[in-house]
Amino acid sequence: MSTTTTAKAAGSVGNWADERVGASKGVKFLARKIFPDHWSFMLGEVALYSFIILLLTGVFLTFFYIPSVGHTTYTGSYEELAGQQVSEAYASTLALSFDVRGGMLMRQIHHWSALIFVASIVTHMFRVFFTGAFRKPRELNWVIGSILALLAIIEGFAGYSLPDDLLSGTGLRIASSIILAIPVVGSYLSFFVFGGQFPGEEFIPRLYTIHVLLLPGIFLALITAHLILLVVQKHTQYPGPGRTNENVVGYPLFPVYVAKAGGFFFIVFGITALMGALFTINPIWAYGAYHPSPVTAGSQPDWYMGWLDGAVRLTPGFLEFQLFGFTLSGNILLPAVIVPGLVTTVMVLYPWIEQWATGDRREHHLLDRPRNAPTRTGLGVMAITFYLLLLVTGGNDIIAVFLRLSINDITMTVRVLVLVVPPLAYLLTKRICLGLQRKDREKVLHGRETGVIYRTEEGEFFEVHAPLDDHERWALVQHEAYRPIEPAPTEDDRGVRRPKARFDRIRSKLSGFYFEDRVEPVTPAELEAAHAEHHGGGHEAIESPDDVDRPALAGN
Amino acid sequence: MSIDQTTHGTGHGGSDGHSDGHSDARGTDVATTAGGGLPERFENPGLPVHRHRMADVDPKAAKRAERQVAALFGLSTLGTILLVVAYYAVPIEPDERDRWAQIAQTLRLSNTLLGIGLFLALFGIGAGAVHWAKTLMPDEERIELRHPMRGTDSERADAVAILQEGSAEAGVGRRPLIRNSLLGALVPLSTIPPIVLLRDTGPLPGKSLSETVWKAGTALVQDPVIGEEKRIKASDLTIGSVVHVLPAGIEDTEHPLDEIAKAAVLVMRLNPADLDEASQPGAYEGIVAYSKICTHMGCPVALYEQQTHHLLCPCHQSTFDLKQNCKVIFGPAKRPLPQLAITVDDDGYLVAKSGFSEAAGPSFWERG
Repeated sequence: MSTTTTAKAAGSVGNWADERVGASKGVKFLARKIFPDHWSFMLGEVALYSFIILLLTGVFLTFFYIPSVGHTTYTGSYEELAGQQVSEAYASTLALSFDVRGGMLMRQIHHWSALIFVASIVTHMFRVFFTGAFRKPRELNWVIGSILALLAIIEGFAGYSLPDDLLSGTGLRIASSIILAIPVVGSYLSFFVFGGQFPGEEFIPRLYTIHVLLLPGIFLALITAHLILLVVQKHTQYPGPGRTNENVVGYPLFPVYVAKAGGFFFIVFGITALMGALFTINPIWAYGAYHPSPVTAGSQPDWYMGWLDGAVRLTPGFLEFQLFGFTLSGNILLPAVIVPGLVTTVMVLYPWIEQWATGDRREHHLLDRPRNAPTRTGLGVMAITFYLLLLVTGGNDIIAVFLRLSINDITMTVRVLVLVVPPLAYLLTKRICLGLQRKDREKVLHGRETGVIYRTEEGEFFEVHAPLDDHERWALVQHEAYRPIEPAPTEDDRGVRRPKARFDRIRSKLSGFYFEDRVEPVTPAELEAAHAEHHGGGHEAIESPDDVDRPALAGN
Repeated sequence: MSIDQTTHGTGHGGSDGHSDGHSDARGTDVATTAGGGLPERFENPGLPVHRHRMADVDPKAAKRAERQVAALFGLSTLGTILLVVAYYAVPIEPDERDRWAQIAQTLRLSNTLLGIGLFLALFGIGAGAVHWAKTLMPDEERIELRHPMRGTDSERADAVAILQEGSAEAGVGRRPLIRNSLLGALVPLSTIPPIVLLRDTGPLPGKSLSETVWKAGTALVQDPVIGEEKRIKASDLTIGSVVHVLPAGIEDTEHPLDEIAKAAVLVMRLNPADLDEASQPGAYEGIVAYSKICTHMGCPVALYEQQTHHLLCPCHQSTFDLKQNCKVIFGPAKRPLPQLAITVDDDGYLVAKSGFSEAAGPSFWERG
């Protein structure tokens, strides 16, 4: 086909679409939209693409999976289970793995993709958190993202429970016990969820509907909203020369991102396929069918549930007690309901917590370098440390075996560590951030080290520092440092106590917690002073005192 | 084609076109000048000068990049061929009943070849497209202006006026009867029927969580029940032995798995002197039976440490001490495993002396 005929064909397709749906307007709005470029923006893309991979492979699996715990005698290829009584769900999962061409590959891609889906959502959230991308006007998208993250965890749990194997059945047993532990209504809820006693016959079919219909539907709706908001609000960008809060610097959607992002979908899919080809995941044939009597040592859930399992393992039993003839299982409620509930609440509300501390109601489209928000970065690392300690505890039995340690010692130690280490991680991270900021100041004031050492005639050694050019310097001085909000006087002009005084005091405390310790960016005046000093021969750094006389950015 | 391709940037609002290195992107609103002539803050220096890639300046490099992209796309085609060939060349349906080892080998080969084919088919397209974008598509950064999310004051005033006008037209404020009766219809509809309709998702618990099929005289049989039930003779159990046990007749109940989930029992024989006084009445010559269902979250407490007489739950490591009537000595469980009092019948086979004296299994509110 020659170029002219191609153009003619494209033209007539375009004309057809435009006359029916006004495609030209859409193309004008979208095709040349500018998106900024950075590797960390790929994390959310990985999540989106994993979701598409999950839909594609999941549909294939539904053609062969039977959501039923009806009993059947296993007659498939897997010799070890020949003649055993298993559920139809388990038998059909084995059949689609062993007796359907490509079925094993599809199931493994599906499972790997689910793990990547949750992992990329979590890392994407940390990218958004550490760079402050959740700030106004993107609070709503942060909330949508948080809901997606929670639903992804539930969806993953539902998915790996469907094969009705021994490992996942044990997980469902634990889930049913968490429901049972809910005060007053627990046993009723459990009976309604499971259609009677555990394990019952109703739950697997119900879980199937939730896994393949309800949750994917909600995902589609929320992902659409997430992306529409992304386009409407335009993507955030990292600070740098030429990048301001009022512009977006990057490349057009068409053709650059169509090729880059579209290509990246194929790369993600390809790598997931390779993982499905080479690495075994969730070998349910080795676990056996679910039965309430047997159990395996070393039972671990998928990684994203591991931290909750770890929390449950850590909580001491004395938290369960009898009250007026009723049982309150604090040993289950605290780690399995209260802790995840609190973590989720703080996560969802975080944009407003920080906004309250800064008093900043402006729109923010330029991302923070994590070092320039030391308290936030510290809090994030604290959360990661807390999470990792719990995750490690979720595998305490495995660790005990591999490191030949006493499982009791590990558990007792982590009970202390989980309270001590996260705050230490916070302090350490915050100090590191402040140190990095001081290093930035130093670099701006005295230039970059060149590695060239001079020896003067008197025998004195010194290293030559090269001054930064405007572009290099801008990256280090562009940010603003917030200052704590001073508490308003508790009494008004006429000496009457203001009703909001308490509220203001708490706010000023929170603001102090965030911004008491800070390093402010170099100002042109400071740079000038540093140059003057250099010419005078001094080598001392100039630190700006924290109480330098500048109006507070906060609270106005 | 009817679509104007000359417009860069976006349709709505100002479009900047391409930037020519040092663009009009000036600093933010922070470049206010303080006293003394120096600005209070540094000014944004604008985009750095664009550096061209090899492929932009050297036609040979561009041609090379073009061939690389084409090679990657070609790799994808090869991957698709491999995928299709592998699909038909490695059939996994065994003709006659092969040994599992052979089936597994074929399966592994099929899975690996299909997966690698799929990987090449997908990755080739992906890597080719990204390489194309990175080497040959324009890499000069462009600038688009942002606009505040907030509407202008007049847009906001218009919106408020429209909403007010609309509600005035509907008469929401003027006709409280309509508003209140609509609320009176919506609130009950959205709250009560969902609850009512979910009522039949399951029966009420009643006493079922507190009861098991164990009662006085129920024989202890080996778990799992394969074919005929195997009863357990007390004299066959040596000291230190452990048996997984179910109540006789459990497979004939209406929901065997539901019953097993409450009634599974572990029987061990110890030196009678090792047993606690509290467990003596339910023991028979050092043979004791305890619920196998963890009092924490219901996992089977299936690990028996013969030397220490500890029972360990593999899920959360609650540890129960047989010598202390299965008291919890470590882990998140609170309550001891309930004991099943046992004795022997006339032929010397183990039977239950009575059912459990309390609910076996995980805690729930009404268990007391």
